[in-house]
Amino acid sequence: MNAAAPALHVALVGNPNCGKTALFNRLTGGRQKVANYAGVTVERKEGRFETPAGRSVRVLDLPGAYSLDAASPDEVITRDICAGRYAGEAPPDLIVCVLDATNLRLHLRFALELKRLGRPMVIALNMMDVARKRGIRIDVARLQAALGVPVVETVAVQNGGAAALLAQLDGAWPGASAATTPGDTDFAADAGQALHAQVRALLAHAVTMPRATSAIDDAIDAVVLHRAGGLAILAVVMFLIFQAVFTWAAPLQDAVTDGVAAAGAWVGGLLASMPLLQSLVTDGIFAGLGTVLTFLPQILVLFLFILILEESGYLPRAAFLLDTLMFRAGLTGRSFIPLLSSFACAIPGIMATRSIADPRDRLTTILVAPLMTCSARLPIYTLLIAAFIPRRDVLGVFNLQGIVLFVLYFAGIASALAVAWVIKRLRRDKSEHMLIMELPSYRLPSPRSVLVGLWERAVIFVRRVGGILLALTVLLWFLSSFPAPPDGATQPPIDYSFAGRIGHWMAYVFAPIGFNWQICVALIPGLAAREVAVSSLATVYALSAPNEDAAATLLGPAIAAQWSLATALSLLAWYVFAPQCMSTLAVIRRETNSWRNVWIATGYLFGLAYLASFITYQVARALT
Amino acid sequence: MGVRLSELKKGQSAVVRQVEDAHPDDAVARRLRELGFVEGEPVRVVATGPIGRDPILVQIGFTRFALRRPEAARVVLEGVAA
Repeated sequence: MNAAAPALHVALVGNPNCGKTALFNRLTGGRQKVANYAGVTVERKEGRFETPAGRSVRVLDLPGAYSLDAASPDEVITRDICAGRYAGEAPPDLIVCVLDATNLRLHLRFALELKRLGRPMVIALNMMDVARKRGIRIDVARLQAALGVPVVETVAVQNGGAAALLAQLDGAWPGASAATTPGDTDFAADAGQALHAQVRALLAHAVTMPRATSAIDDAIDAVVLHRAGGLAILAVVMFLIFQAVFTWAAPLQDAVTDGVAAAGAWVGGLLASMPLLQSLVTDGIFAGLGTVLTFLPQILVLFLFILILEESGYLPRAAFLLDTLMFRAGLTGRSFIPLLSSFACAIPGIMATRSIADPRDRLTTILVAPLMTCSARLPIYTLLIAAFIPRRDVLGVFNLQGIVLFVLYFAGIASALAVAWVIKRLRRDKSEHMLIMELPSYRLPSPRSVLVGLWERAVIFVRRVGGILLALTVLLWFLSSFPAPPDGATQPPIDYSFAGRIGHWMAYVFAPIGFNWQICVALIPGLAAREVAVSSLATVYALSAPNEDAAATLLGPAIAAQWSLATALSLLAWYVFAPQCMSTLAVIRRETNSWRNVWIATGYLFGLAYLASFITYQVARALT
Repeated sequence: MGVRLSELKKGQSAVVRQVEDAHPDDAVARRLRELGFVEGEPVRVVATGPIGRDPILVQIGFTRFALRRPEAARVVLEGVAA
């Protein structure tokens, strides 16, 4: 082949769970560009590689689809690109249709549908290793003759597993298949019998299946989907994930925080002659960088588990077990994992909503995810609870402080379900939400796919969310540093800054819910990340504390002396809803591709926070 | 009127007669046909959800699909066997 020829443009197409992404990773070695298709949040993955003969190939990993009669935004993209009529995307030179060799009855139908497009096509029979182990015999030569397109065997999870496909790309070029008759492309009308009859004939002709399912799947499902045992297993799995997110990630987070702080101090030292620039670099840029990067370990640990569960096939089972419960609240079984992730941080939670097929269900899940009590709220909860709630035993076994913390978590979950239910009632489009969900065969997760997936998430987080967060942190630095305090100032510097002035002005609005101007000032830097509010309070109360732990220790007695109990409870209620997390809003913007949804989320969270704090403050004041 | 897939108990199997549209332009019915719920295809209920026995898990061909009860009610069956 001619190495100077323009890059060959290949599209990988296939049903969900056919191992298409693993094959993509095998071909490209994980080198890929992840973006969105213009105007929609469907992920576009493109990679490049060279064939053994030196042919340069540009490969597009199209979203999984069951049919060209599209039922979701993903399937629309796949349909239009395959048909060569997607604006802004060149028609592929070659369609590689990936089939799971153990699930041919379903996957062959889609291959036949694709073949009708009449475009050059190769079929990759993937997971041939599993098929052989299960005693499935496929006569590839007969299949190829009957289909009239080249058929190659692949094992995406094995080194060299794509050799036959690469050889095909280097070798004789498959021309377009026989021209199709016009009526042939009317997929909807022909969704039923004709294609299925063809599939049955092909299977009888070239495939021997010893049994319909794998014995292992039947055995695992009997336990995992058991009506009582299944939920118990799910609870244990979730508990383990929680443990890991909070225990494994903690030392990594500390290391990142210390590392960034040290780097900031070092760079700051170089700029000692220019105090203003130094402050921008250390308090603005490096502080923002620290905020962005301290989330990363938790996100990676969480996604490690989610990817393993997803690759193994367990995630759809969890969705199956919880679907009815979530459906009653206006969500779907698939919302469960994103919402669970949001207890660590809403950012990975919202990023995980991509697995929800129905766009309405996905949006509802995104909108309620910030109500799950994320770990960034814990520093504030612990500070306020320790300072205001007595450590008193209740009924002999419970501790009042623990009960308050539990109530705060519970209030978040309950309001999320309530909000989802309200969204469901308000929505104009009342058409049926489709579940129809395939529960794929269990698989051992491939370390390569998991690592590539983790890398993808990390890059998306740092690049997209990090950029916005960094910009806002610098803006907040500006607001809280300018103007500088006058000579002989008696108050802490922040009091004289724009942020301080805004805080004083905000105090009028927040007086009915019991917030004094100090709290209002602390809410401003808390915009960047909730836990920053603690150190901001310390700044406002002119406490010099080297880090957040020390700030909390000194701050507790200070606020206990100055705030009323009603104010403290009101602030706790505020943080149950607390819309002021810029990173969450940034990721909502990215994942829904809409500022409108950002405003809806901000507006309703702010409204609920104000309302809850108002009721809490007024009731508490009346009672105390 | 035959038995519907939503009425099948766990472990029971049957053969699909047809998928009925619940309303004009029924995307769910269309998708079910695409996934292989067509005349003559054997189906079996493998599991049911823990709450209200919903959704149900259906084995068809070499694949398992979770269907909510209203979705399964579109599939009309014949030859139900325990």
